[in-house]
Amino acid sequence: MNPLAICLLVSALLFAVGLAGALTRRSAILVLAGIELMLNAANLNFIAFWRFGPHPEALTGIVFVIFAIAVAAAEAAVGLALILAIYRHARTSDVSEITEMKG
Amino acid sequence: MRTTAPFLILAVLTLAGGIAAMTLRRLVHCALALTVSFAGLAALYLNLGAEFAGLAQLLVYVGAIAILIVFAILLTRGGDDKAEPSFSPAGPAGVVLALAVFAVLAWAVETSGIAHPAALPAVPSAPMRSIGIVLMQRYVLPLEVIALMLTAAMIGAVILALREKRPEQNQGSAQ
Repeated sequence: MNPLAICLLVSALLFAVGLAGALTRRSAILVLAGIELMLNAANLNFIAFWRFGPHPEALTGIVFVIFAIAVAAAEAAVGLALILAIYRHARTSDVSEITEMKG
Repeated sequence: MRTTAPFLILAVLTLAGGIAAMTLRRLVHCALALTVSFAGLAALYLNLGAEFAGLAQLLVYVGAIAILIVFAILLTRGGDDKAEPSFSPAGPAGVVLALAVFAVLAWAVETSGIAHPAALPAVPSAPMRSIGIVLMQRYVLPLEVIALMLTAAMIGAVILALREKRPEQNQGSAQ
């Protein structure tokens, strides 16, 4: 196996770990952490394809990762502020107890 | 180029941090394991030759997002010991779904043909000077959009996290 395939497998494993966490944990903060792990797995893919793919001098992978990190930072800030607001309203950050909008 | 031992060690560290973050019971321990995972990813970027992305990852994730998560845990009293389970009742289904996603991704990697390439390229160089030139010339419009989005997200986060005025407090002060 070559390094690119190993990078992609590590990234797929990290994505699966993040997905499992986002789907199974009850704390809203850890759901957000799982989403961050999935975003990071995608970033590792970009870096791996930049490193081992053709035309690395165009720097496309690195620039994409920089933008993805900026978007993830904004997402984390807004997401954690939302969790704080929900906690103040419902006195819990447990996603299985916040069921007010359930039909 | 053969896969180097540092890469494998860092990959194992990153994955162990991620798995620990998603399985530990105490939220503060989860945040610590998540920080280890982010730091391992930054080291992986450095190992792959992407210095700027690795340092940005270190600054943003280890420096800022980990602190934000710890703040959120402490402000929501998530650090308390709780008797109730920390996994949802649909937990096994979620794990099965995640394993299925990993199986599909691994199958795609194996059958795509990139697992057995003819030759691997040399280490590309990504000096910060050329990244800055690319950001200021070809990607200047996305850069401005990102700046606008970060400003909007900052204002939105502050507004969301502001303490709401309670109506009874207003009535009390009026009386």
